[in-house]
Amino acid sequence: MSLPDPRVPEGPVREAWSRHKSRICLINPANKRGLEVLVVGSGLAGAGAAASLAEQGYRVKCFCYQDSARRAHSIAAQGGINAAKNYQNDGDTVDRLFEDTLRGGDYRSREAHVHRLAELSANVIDQCVAQGVPFAREYGGTLANRSFGGVQVQRTFYARGQTGQQLLLGSYGALSRQVRDGRVQMLARREVLDIVVKDGEAQGLIARDLVTGALERHSGHAVVLATGGYGTIYYLSTLAMGCNATAAWRAHLRGALFANPSFVQIHPTCLMAHGDHQAKLTLMSESLRNDGRIWVPSARADSRDPSAIPRAERDYYLERKYPAYGNLAPRDIASRAAKEVCDAGYGIGPAGRGVYLGFEDAIAREGLEVIRGRYGNLFQMYETITGDDPYTTPMRIYPAAHFTMGGLWVDYHLMTSIRGLYAVGECNFADHGANRLGANSLLQACVDGNFILPYTLGHDLSSSFGDAAPDTAGPAFAAAEQDVRGRIAALLDNDGGTTPRTFHRRLGALLWDRCGISRTEDGLRTALSDVRALREEFHRDVRVVGSADALNPELERALRISDYMELAELMVRDALARDESCGAHFRQEHQTPDGEALRNDAEFMHISAWEHEHGGEPSLHREALSFTLAAPGARSYK
Amino acid sequence: MRVRLKVWRQASPTAPGALEAYDLDGIDPQMSFLEMLDHLNETLAMRGEATVAFDHDCREGICGQCGVFINGRPHGPGRGTATCQVHMRSFADGETIVIEPWRAGPFPVLCDLVTDRSALDRVIASGGFISVNTGSAPEANTTPVSKRDADEAFDAAACIGCGACVAVCKNASAMLFVGAKISHLATMPQGRPERTDRALAMVEAMEAEGFGGCTQTGACEAVCPKEISVRTIARLNYEYLRARLMRALR
Repeated sequence: MSLPDPRVPEGPVREAWSRHKSRICLINPANKRGLEVLVVGSGLAGAGAAASLAEQGYRVKCFCYQDSARRAHSIAAQGGINAAKNYQNDGDTVDRLFEDTLRGGDYRSREAHVHRLAELSANVIDQCVAQGVPFAREYGGTLANRSFGGVQVQRTFYARGQTGQQLLLGSYGALSRQVRDGRVQMLARREVLDIVVKDGEAQGLIARDLVTGALERHSGHAVVLATGGYGTIYYLSTLAMGCNATAAWRAHLRGALFANPSFVQIHPTCLMAHGDHQAKLTLMSESLRNDGRIWVPSARADSRDPSAIPRAERDYYLERKYPAYGNLAPRDIASRAAKEVCDAGYGIGPAGRGVYLGFEDAIAREGLEVIRGRYGNLFQMYETITGDDPYTTPMRIYPAAHFTMGGLWVDYHLMTSIRGLYAVGECNFADHGANRLGANSLLQACVDGNFILPYTLGHDLSSSFGDAAPDTAGPAFAAAEQDVRGRIAALLDNDGGTTPRTFHRRLGALLWDRCGISRTEDGLRTALSDVRALREEFHRDVRVVGSADALNPELERALRISDYMELAELMVRDALARDESCGAHFRQEHQTPDGEALRNDAEFMHISAWEHEHGGEPSLHREALSFTLAAPGARSYK
Repeated sequence: MRVRLKVWRQASPTAPGALEAYDLDGIDPQMSFLEMLDHLNETLAMRGEATVAFDHDCREGICGQCGVFINGRPHGPGRGTATCQVHMRSFADGETIVIEPWRAGPFPVLCDLVTDRSALDRVIASGGFISVNTGSAPEANTTPVSKRDADEAFDAAACIGCGACVAVCKNASAMLFVGAKISHLATMPQGRPERTDRALAMVEAMEAEGFGGCTQTGACEAVCPKEISVRTIARLNYEYLRARLMRALR
């Protein structure tokens, strides 16, 4: 396969989207009723896409693995959503949000995508407010904003520390309305285990009913993946336990290119791990860095109580290293800085893998009540989990895997390299480059689902209305279902001695060490063979109890981990091939004298799009990037 | 530490269920309650036994998917916490912990601790939203919302839809759940145009699903992980009576 046309419009970037919109083909409402779209995932991107498409008249089926569409992991986003409204009169513009996003991503994203994201940001806020999202307000009744990492304007809209929840419930409401009206059929507790592809075109999918275990065939004129990120590949992450890459990975195996798989954002402010049984690392919103100060003791292995350490004996290392941005330095920089101080022996906690995030100065400056108003629920959450009171003792935090910038390769229409298969939200690779700007994930999910896909998908389907959806009795469906049955049987029949969770933990530790916050060529080469060995061991020795025809969480986990074992290899391969540092991808061989990521634009100003080769090594397609509005500069936050 | 667990095991919706006892060792007090169940399941899997099915996802108290009775109380000890936020330090070494699924007619057991709460989705689908198509929204600052109203709406909108309020209620009433959504939307100016129809439709749907009425014991608020106030039930009653009156006058 050669790299498909990314379909980025010719001409000036600023007007690209409006020009493109006015040229794309439309389908009249009566004909939309004959078109069926399958949407996998019910988060902000999936629910937004399902509702928006149904409003236009498409017949939609929406799938989620949870028991309700309202559980999707968008719900856990705490901090906020960016939009270039310039309500604060502080000089924000669409171009500035565009530049911040592009620069935050270290110039490894498509310019036209990023500009479209910035341009549509204002619509998202309008839409969410109309849906009844109770955003924070000023006393006069207008919308409030706060600042976020990596930017110098206040453009982040928020609903206390539960912005994602409120946005998702808005989208869930819109989705529910379409369910009531019979335009969306909601299929909860379904896991999509394969994508059915015939002659390079998506025909439908195979889903497993997680309660009965029954395999189902669903066909449609288009399939939309809105399946989120794969951060749980690290075992410990900020993601929900069920988040997985299975549908996206299976699409990859069926021919969809996978782009920049090694670009993973490690979130700097997560709770410290406490022991082997830990299943996840809770994120404490980055918004805390607006008022909190990050520090470690100036002396190595200082085990005094933090309150007993005087100011002069603390190292506020982010303020020291990055005076212009201080505690609001971008996520990758803050994460790496935490790792560096801990590697150097200044870390806190029993294992020395933690730093302090303290609020005493903010409380002294603003008063306890103001701080409580801003972060009350986050502080309460912290206390619930750790038993410590952050009003009086600093939080103990450490970085954790959080967001995957990498994902399915998509063109300007958000279509993958399989015709009729789309990817929206975190599961595509499109907007965030090598590092996502804080408060841009909710934005991208909303924009993709609500404001891009409904246009581009319509254009692509404008030639196929009138055609019936593919027949689920066809050979492609039968073969895919047979494949799934085989995968399930192989896991259940394996007479092994190790649980799926144990393998997952081992895979996570391996990736975290070798393909996490920082990477080296040697480490990655070792990881490549280690991942392969672990995968072989998994298939030889995994033990999956329970049966195929009932609710079986062990089987669900084993299927997901089985796919992660393959994706992990591609991540490592991608990190190895990208012999430069950029954004969150930090290769130790490539750094400035100050220890910052050193890009190599001459050789690596491209998207790495990987193609699966059956029975061979994956092949790499390089899609060159060009920048017309903002020349790629060094990403300095000093 | 070690505990003795008594866990409700039920293979399918129609199979009979029973409490089964498990002695579990090697528990770290810093473990979360669900990590303790993970630990139990690892132990069972290594013995070749079927693991205990339980619902969970985000494990940070926001998705609403988890929820079991712990020693007779939905979401266990402590106020304002979901099951996933309960930690083993809340239990004594050697304690017996009884774990059961939500008990309510409209939430049938699917397997072990997993229940079917889709009735709540159907109640929301009956009208728990603002009818606005994508693309038709006015400029966001066109409609000012006082900070007080926004805060009040938020307090109600924080509901995570876990169903603890229903599970604890002797009437299996969903009035806290419905009241929260009604209060959220009726407090915002954007939600006012549909308030009459919404109140009537949601109450009708709630009753059709078999949820009972409120007899004001307030257990729902006490176990709500988001501490949704019973005042939302008063608001629901107000909105419903108002809607009936408006309908009668129309």
